[in-house]
Amino acid sequence: MAEKEMTELKKGAPLLVVDHLTKRFADLTVLDGISLTVHEGEVIVIVGPSGCGKSTLLRCLNALEDIQGGEILLHGERISQNNKNLTELRQRVGMVFQSYELFPHLNVLDNILLAPTRVQKRKREEVKEEAMALLARIGLESKAESFPRQLSGGQKQRVAIIRALCMHPEVMLFDEVTAALDPEMVREVLDVILELANQGKTMLIVTHEMQFARAIADRVIFLNEGGICEEGPPEEFFDHPKTERAKQFLQTFTFSRKRS
Amino acid sequence: MPDLGLNVLFKGKNLARLLGGLGVALKISLLSVVISIVLGIVVGLLMTWKNPISRALMRCYLEIVRIMPQMVLLFLVYFGTTRIFGWNLSGETSSVIVFSFWGAAEMGDLVRGALISIPRHQYESAAALGLSGGQTYRYIVLPQTVRRLIPLSMNLITRMIKTTSLVLMIGVVEVLKVSQQIIEANRMSSPNAAFGVYLTVFALYFFACWPISLLAGFLEKRWR
Repeated sequence: MAEKEMTELKKGAPLLVVDHLTKRFADLTVLDGISLTVHEGEVIVIVGPSGCGKSTLLRCLNALEDIQGGEILLHGERISQNNKNLTELRQRVGMVFQSYELFPHLNVLDNILLAPTRVQKRKREEVKEEAMALLARIGLESKAESFPRQLSGGQKQRVAIIRALCMHPEVMLFDEVTAALDPEMVREVLDVILELANQGKTMLIVTHEMQFARAIADRVIFLNEGGICEEGPPEEFFDHPKTERAKQFLQTFTFSRKRS
Repeated sequence: MPDLGLNVLFKGKNLARLLGGLGVALKISLLSVVISIVLGIVVGLLMTWKNPISRALMRCYLEIVRIMPQMVLLFLVYFGTTRIFGWNLSGETSSVIVFSFWGAAEMGDLVRGALISIPRHQYESAAALGLSGGQTYRYIVLPQTVRRLIPLSMNLITRMIKTTSLVLMIGVVEVLKVSQQIIEANRMSSPNAAFGVYLTVFALYFFACWPISLLAGFLEKRWR
């Protein structure tokens, strides 16, 4: 407990508070009273077996799912599908999806510029400058005029990250962003996320890349059957998991063969 | 080489009359296409509505149009309405009504298909960027729908043009009717005219529909 308070002390003020969040699909309870506080500048990695509700949790944080109980507060303002202010709140929460979801009829630059210019009504020139600088940072400035179909999966995902960043969100959600990528493209995407962490961006990351989780996380949350089963600093979670379920889960990532 | 009877085309104003007939056919199909597109968008949106009543109604409408032969519809509107309601619809008006009735249903189905083919994730990623429902339709869904729709609707348009050959049955003098008149009038002087004139009609339909097919192919490639 003392340790947990320490990690929280290192970080800034609470940014996102999840309080007894419950999500049901018909009779199936996917999230069962989850409580979680995300502090400014904190990087939280959510891991767990498939079907444990990781992705659903992230989707709830952006009100892409309606919730059946509890509440989600972003700086004290309630995120829910009934909130009239929802589009404004969503601008403050950036999300990157597993399947990139760039808009296929728009080129890279227009994909990035659409929301800042149409939703936030910022000047196109100003956003373009920012977008080009970010594209240059990830080595894709030459692709600004390309269409999504002309890019590799890794390139698409990096563009999707920049598209979300250009809205200047207070927190970024990454939903298994490397799960659909070829192994050699995973790295280039994870490097971008690592750089964001170094810049102090607040992030919630759902991933199956355990090495990456360990490197980037301030706090690891292990989700199982719709509840938080275990949470703690990455070293503690990966080296000395407390619960049997977490041990079992981590074992699925290690391989060994009996040799005579 | 046998006499193909092509010479009748150059007698009097025959060629101009044929082209005029083609003009009538194109006019009917063009009007119907425009009406079909407008109504088809409405029908397509109704088909994707969650409301079960609107969906069931649209489903019935589409099935009726698919099952009923266009010829019967033409007779029903042209002859039937005169008897029952005392309407005196011209052949051309009846044709436009029937073709629009048909086209709106088929176009609606195409619109529905294009709308539901937009992956749910596109809506979600737009929502996640803070776009409102209206903005999502305007900037994300509609541009993609139109791109998918245009090549598909080209096919419907060419089918409509070809099907206008039925309207001669309700007395509209379109290209096929003109050609019959020309053949009849020259039955004695050039008995082989049937071949030459119908061949010309064939070519006329071809040149009316071919550019549309080409355009569809071009757009499909360009928008992929």
